[in-house]
Amino acid sequence: MKKELGITILLVALCAITTALNPRFLGQANLENMARLIGMYGIFSIGMGLVIITGGIDLSIGSIFALQGVILVIMLRGWNFPWPIAVLASVIGVMLLGAMHGWFISKIRMQPFIVTLCGLLFYRGMARFIANDETKGFGSTGFDELRQLATGSIGPVPMPFVLLILIGIIAYILLHRSVFGRYLYAVGRNEDAARYSGINSQMIILGTYVVEMLLVAIGGILVAFYTNSISPANHGSSYELYAIAAAVLGGCSLRGGEGSILGIVIGTALLQVLQNLVNLLGIPSSLNFAVMGAVIFLGVLVDQVSGQRKKKQQVPTPAPIASTPTAMAN
Amino acid sequence: METSASRASLLELKGITKRFPGVLALSNVSLSVGQAEVVALIGENGAGKSTLMKTLGGVHQPDEGEIFFDGKPVTIAKVADAIGLGIGFVHQELNVLDNLDVASNVYLGREPLVGGPMRLVNQRRMWTESETYLKRLGLTISPKTPVRELSIAQQQMVEIAKALSQNARVIIMDEPTSSLTLAETDRLLATIKDLRNSDVSVIYISHRLGEIEQIADRAVALRDGQNAGELARADVKHEKMVALMVGRKLEDLFVQGKGPQERGYFQVEGLRTPYRPHHRISFDVASGEILGFAGLVGAGRSEMAQAIFGVEPPLEGTVRLGGQELKIASAREAIDAGIYLVPEDRRQTGLITSMTIRENITLPGLERYSPGMMISRAQEEEVSKREVEALRVKTPSIETRAMNLSGGNQQKVVLGKWLSLQPKLMIFDEPTRGIDVGAKAEIYRLMRELADRGVAIIMISSDMEEVLGVSDRIAVMHEGDITGFLPRAQFSEKAIMSLATGRKVP
Repeated sequence: MKKELGITILLVALCAITTALNPRFLGQANLENMARLIGMYGIFSIGMGLVIITGGIDLSIGSIFALQGVILVIMLRGWNFPWPIAVLASVIGVMLLGAMHGWFISKIRMQPFIVTLCGLLFYRGMARFIANDETKGFGSTGFDELRQLATGSIGPVPMPFVLLILIGIIAYILLHRSVFGRYLYAVGRNEDAARYSGINSQMIILGTYVVEMLLVAIGGILVAFYTNSISPANHGSSYELYAIAAAVLGGCSLRGGEGSILGIVIGTALLQVLQNLVNLLGIPSSLNFAVMGAVIFLGVLVDQVSGQRKKKQQVPTPAPIASTPTAMAN
Repeated sequence: METSASRASLLELKGITKRFPGVLALSNVSLSVGQAEVVALIGENGAGKSTLMKTLGGVHQPDEGEIFFDGKPVTIAKVADAIGLGIGFVHQELNVLDNLDVASNVYLGREPLVGGPMRLVNQRRMWTESETYLKRLGLTISPKTPVRELSIAQQQMVEIAKALSQNARVIIMDEPTSSLTLAETDRLLATIKDLRNSDVSVIYISHRLGEIEQIADRAVALRDGQNAGELARADVKHEKMVALMVGRKLEDLFVQGKGPQERGYFQVEGLRTPYRPHHRISFDVASGEILGFAGLVGAGRSEMAQAIFGVEPPLEGTVRLGGQELKIASAREAIDAGIYLVPEDRRQTGLITSMTIRENITLPGLERYSPGMMISRAQEEEVSKREVEALRVKTPSIETRAMNLSGGNQQKVVLGKWLSLQPKLMIFDEPTRGIDVGAKAEIYRLMRELADRGVAIIMISSDMEEVLGVSDRIAVMHEGDITGFLPRAQFSEKAIMSLATGRKVP
């Protein structure tokens, strides 16, 4: 809870500063636009967060967006599949990739970084090959149901944000209230001890990669219809890094076993506010990445330093001297 | 008494006292080592041997006391100081880097340089010079050999070569033979004699009293962080050493119970573990019985426990509990059958130390407290509060993280994990390692209570006193085999040591 509080304060402070310097920040159009982006990014960042809590990482998300996008266009426009079937097929396909990643990581014990780095390269290459390296678009009409998901709104609230809230609640229950969630933390923090408590750690890890890919697949559909066309060479490029940044800012430790859904969502929001701030304050957009990098770095640095100071202040609990009178009396 | 007095004293520790928070680890301990003398440092686990040696190695600073080297008072504030004086260490857990070759290990951190701004390593010099030390130890391996290709015994020799290359005049060996075969042990003992002949002194720490009889010029005993006496060469005999080490009577620590109830309640037949695939283990435990497992480190006792508990599933063998044959492919099956393990390393495998007491206690049975796979916080709290109270875990709250508890209380939390379920067979692996006497007594009492309730208990322990005091019957293992069973009437340290080293009971 403490960690979420820290970055919430940072988020509020950034919002306040930006508003003070440029009141347009609180304008309806700007807020709506930000909420839409937070919704889209938040969904797959939650997926990334879950994987990071297992002690893993996923570098392949951006490339999967490209591959999934290209195949969606082909299914919808080339083969004229009804949209529910195309969506279902793409979601299942992406989840199968997750199962495969999870299998290599948990059963074969390959390192998540390597498995998904190869995924990053492979899926990007496949997307470009399948699309002939040409940009594929959904066109300007049709698929209204799917377009609505990405670009529509319920009242003033953009659809992706609504979806994020729904998915966030479900993910919150899964991670913080269910047996699976508890096992996830246990495996992420100390897989040996988890196994010694009878937890099937391989199934937990594999399952997490599948759940992650479900969220990635949903995010991928939103991103595809948000951009409306997929240029296979750079669609979704480096989105996995935004997701990692959001998760880490939100309190996930790359060592595993730490993090929360609320933190990841706030982390995502923080990143989007930063982007927005660069635009609104007239900072040269070429500095965009530099600002983001610096703020993430500072956030993690402050957390680390304050954590260490706290540890130093903590006096080691003294081992009780020799006897415990009550017990000895027995 | 022909002791250090007759030799020039090379190293002297006088009145060393060391306190840790809440624990007096060393109290006014003295030790002297003569020139070219082999001194054995004996004592039970927790007697203070390692702490004393760590003050010599610059790892701990004594709170009181003086250290003299070559007659001059010295301060050993850091590891480099010890090396500078000529004090070398050969650790129980080898400190070699197995990704480097032999020469790089010998010269680690002191690599001879070619010179120049690039600080290039003078490989050639490193090879030729380390070879001279290897030869001196009778080793014919090339200094270019990667350490991972060496046997444990050879790796140990590399450590000794490293100490010699640092011009060590005293080499401290901490349990150097615990993972060696008998032949390798003999070679190491011969090397120690050679070292002595070339004027190097050795402080030798070992639980294997037979080795000490063979090589020690003197034996110094520690007990509860204090000097407990010493024995000159002629007196370095098994019984005398044991008398010094054990000293106090600990019978009142151990509680006798009703003893075995249903014979053959738990049976293991022809168990082969992945660790020692060519050995088969068979035994049984009655309900209400505590079967102690004695043996040297590396005899395969923990691996047996891990196989029965399913974390390292057995390759073959049948396991029966209450007449029913069990198929154990993972810890889940063992737990569902009522077989629980309190593992050796509670911080790594027993607990998730960053989690709270509540989360740790409910972890193995979480699904029982989770209707519809959603955790019921109320049930969790009820169960963990009950266990914390029953086991008298000293903690401000069940929401305290396990890492903030003392060793004894951590061990109680591990026990709480299992007692909250319904144990039928409990395996305790080194249940009181690193735990203070008070908590030890409580754990012994708990084990006995469990046994009296009809639970079958396996207790693996390297603490001789514990094995003899707690067990109803003792199985002794040696290099993957059970070499014998001792009923209570035949309990003796000598019988255990004979079986543990692969000999017959005399």
